[in-house]
Amino acid sequence: MSEKELVKFQIDGLEVEAEKGQMLLPVALEYGFEIPHLCYHEAVSPYGACRLCLVEVTKGGRTKMTTSCNYPVDAGIEVATATENVLRARRMILELLLARAPKSEHIVKMAKAMGIEESRFSVIEEADGCILCGLCERVCREVVGANAITFVSRGDRREVAPPFWDPLACIACGACVYVCPTDCIKMEEHGDERTIVRWKRTLKMQPCQSCGKPFAPQFQLDWIIDRAQLSKDFYELCPVCRKQKK
Amino acid sequence: MHLKSPEELEQLRTKILEERKAQEGKKGIVLCTGTGCRGAGALEVYEAFKKELGSKSAIDFKSTCCHGFCERGPITVVEPMGTFYQRVTPDDVPHIIAETVQKGQIIEDLLYQDPKTEQKIPTEKDIPFYKKQHRLVFGHNRLIDPTRIEDYVANGGYQALAKALFHLSPDEIIEEVKRAGLRGRGGGGFPAGRKWESCRRAPGDLRYVICNCDEGDPGAYMDRSLMEGNPHRVLEGMIIGAYAIGSREGYVYVRNEYPLAVENVGIAIEQAHKMGFLGQNILGSGFDFDVKISKGGGAFVAGESTALMASIEGYVAEPRAKHIHTVESGLWDKPTNLNNVETWANVPVIIEKGVDWYSKIGTEGSKGTKIFSLVGKINNTGLIEVPMGMTLREIVYDIGGGIPGGKRFKAVQTGGPSGGCIPEEMLDLPVDFDALTKAGSMMGSGGMIVMDESTCMVDVAKYFTHFLKDESCGKCTSCRDGTLRMYEILDAITKGKGKDGDIELLEEIGWATTEASLCALGGTAANPVLSTIRYFRDEYEAHIRDKRCPAGVCPDLITYTIDPEACIACMKCKKECPTKAITGEKKVPHEIIQAKCIKCGTCKEVCPVDAVKVE
Repeated sequence: MSEKELVKFQIDGLEVEAEKGQMLLPVALEYGFEIPHLCYHEAVSPYGACRLCLVEVTKGGRTKMTTSCNYPVDAGIEVATATENVLRARRMILELLLARAPKSEHIVKMAKAMGIEESRFSVIEEADGCILCGLCERVCREVVGANAITFVSRGDRREVAPPFWDPLACIACGACVYVCPTDCIKMEEHGDERTIVRWKRTLKMQPCQSCGKPFAPQFQLDWIIDRAQLSKDFYELCPVCRKQKK
Repeated sequence: MHLKSPEELEQLRTKILEERKAQEGKKGIVLCTGTGCRGAGALEVYEAFKKELGSKSAIDFKSTCCHGFCERGPITVVEPMGTFYQRVTPDDVPHIIAETVQKGQIIEDLLYQDPKTEQKIPTEKDIPFYKKQHRLVFGHNRLIDPTRIEDYVANGGYQALAKALFHLSPDEIIEEVKRAGLRGRGGGGFPAGRKWESCRRAPGDLRYVICNCDEGDPGAYMDRSLMEGNPHRVLEGMIIGAYAIGSREGYVYVRNEYPLAVENVGIAIEQAHKMGFLGQNILGSGFDFDVKISKGGGAFVAGESTALMASIEGYVAEPRAKHIHTVESGLWDKPTNLNNVETWANVPVIIEKGVDWYSKIGTEGSKGTKIFSLVGKINNTGLIEVPMGMTLREIVYDIGGGIPGGKRFKAVQTGGPSGGCIPEEMLDLPVDFDALTKAGSMMGSGGMIVMDESTCMVDVAKYFTHFLKDESCGKCTSCRDGTLRMYEILDAITKGKGKDGDIELLEEIGWATTEASLCALGGTAANPVLSTIRYFRDEYEAHIRDKRCPAGVCPDLITYTIDPEACIACMKCKKECPTKAITGEKKVPHEIIQAKCIKCGTCKEVCPVDAVKVE
């Protein structure tokens, strides 16, 4: 293995250092620069869908606007995070997204910070708060490995849904609920049932052998046991009782 | 026959030519069964010829693909005189054989008549549509049965390949292509030679070449016709390119909605294999190269290079980030060189005829010719190939024959759905990559849609934006929601619900869509809106402020009335009106009941005395 190469470059005039090929957004965030972003999460690969993290990069004398989440840094580049054009583009993007998720506190707050009180565009009701950032799809595929959700169709008909609208692969782990920036994926528990509302997935939960409380979907536990080749009785106890037992 | 050397290829060519020479003066019939002519009934004509000719083997009957003059299809050429017959029907077939083929007599009724001079023109080369063209790439379509490799070889086929493999080094070929000034015909206009060079220099030993035949613009069909009509030409270009780049494997990506192109290129690959132009040790040179076909599902965005590569890999056609160029990391992360059908088809001619000859054609920045599909409100619909730098005026009036019905030219939309509309005052614009971009449009893959005074430019912008909002992959917010919102605003404007500030808002969204989106689809998706605002702002204003559609197109903003003075009470409009909104009897002038009128325009179309007025 070759040594990791460190490169120096500038962000808003400040000289910074990072590994060559590292993505620009996490480097900039690490250095304390504020770049708004919605479809980026450190746990999954960058995608560049929301377009909010746009910056201007000058390389070899040429300046272009590009998303920073999937831009690999290189020596000598000059990054400007808040030029007039960058802010102008971000404002329009936020206004467009606000019409998809007008009830999302996070989006409303971001929009306000950019001076947008209200979107001039009519609310897309069918979006039901989804901004199509794809974080749920990536976390389900890359981190969980369940591949239970996917992008469906194209253009303005695009949506995120279980393949063929059948959630049979969903283990109701809630990773998608956790990463969703607009909180449009909800998880509910009633009695011994857990439901991921958006995917219409309801699974029965397994009760703890010790305290009797249902703690995780049976389907999910079986799935993990199968994948990790654990013993069948690995998940007899809920996390609380397991800790006490130790 | 498997050819093992360039000498064997030359021997074969000589043999074919000698055989053909022996038959010189032989009577022959060439029928176009390309897609356009098929649409006009060429397959029925083909069957009629087959039936009529039967065993009369003295007559050479050949079916080719597109000759370009689709407006006049089905086209039949009778050799050796080259008599050009148009709009041929199965009923004409016995006459053509009896009169022209047997007796050498011309059937006047089937000839093309120049609408200006009213003269009947017996041969292709004298028809104005063809006269000003320079059919460098497309011209061979007429001579070649695409399913017969002998036809291609007889017309100099694979000669350039032999020259490239045995007389030029890969670097020399790249230098030739660079010096020739060949720019990508698929839309971007990127210098092909530079692309090849970058790909050749990229590290790694496995490289791919791809031919993009995913042409998806409404109304454009030049790549399709080239692939259908002369697939060996495209393959030859690819093999030369692969040799120059150092690639052993290539793909032809062709949309499945082009069944004839898929079929013909499949046949061509098989034949090229058998004859030793593909596979191992091509023509005994030691160079190996193979081509596979990858069929696309028809998404417009799949023509975008990175989306196309994703599609070949089996993923959804969605563009990828471009910080690392595909020439370094493309298909399966290997260095990949993608060019479109027409670009590849230009390569053999550059190698064969040489740079000096080739670079004399065209303008300073755009060399060679360009094939356009000339459609819309134009007399001569079809595929044309002209030297770069020809003016729009020459294309529209000299080749296209002007606007039908004596109407006035209004604009021409170039570059496909995300191109721009160029107005009348710019008709003298020389058509090349840079001039079109400067005018707010683009070359694109070569679509050219002509519009006349009866075209509403807001409606046009709405049509293309609708197409783009449907065909965006939907990934980038700016493209997906930008095109959607532009469409919504345009729709409202055409329905009389436009507001002050709409034009400015369209410009704002358009700017963001262009600047913030990842790929060329998003980067150009606002062109139809922005270029129509730029050149036809007054039309937008008329819709918004005066609730008026100056072209008389938008149903919510127009009223149809019948001038009682002009009306001859012929009952035609009354009979045709789908909602029975017209009153009047014989000798009683007609009148339209506005409450019932759906503004379909049928009455105006059928009125023999132009008494129906639109306001």
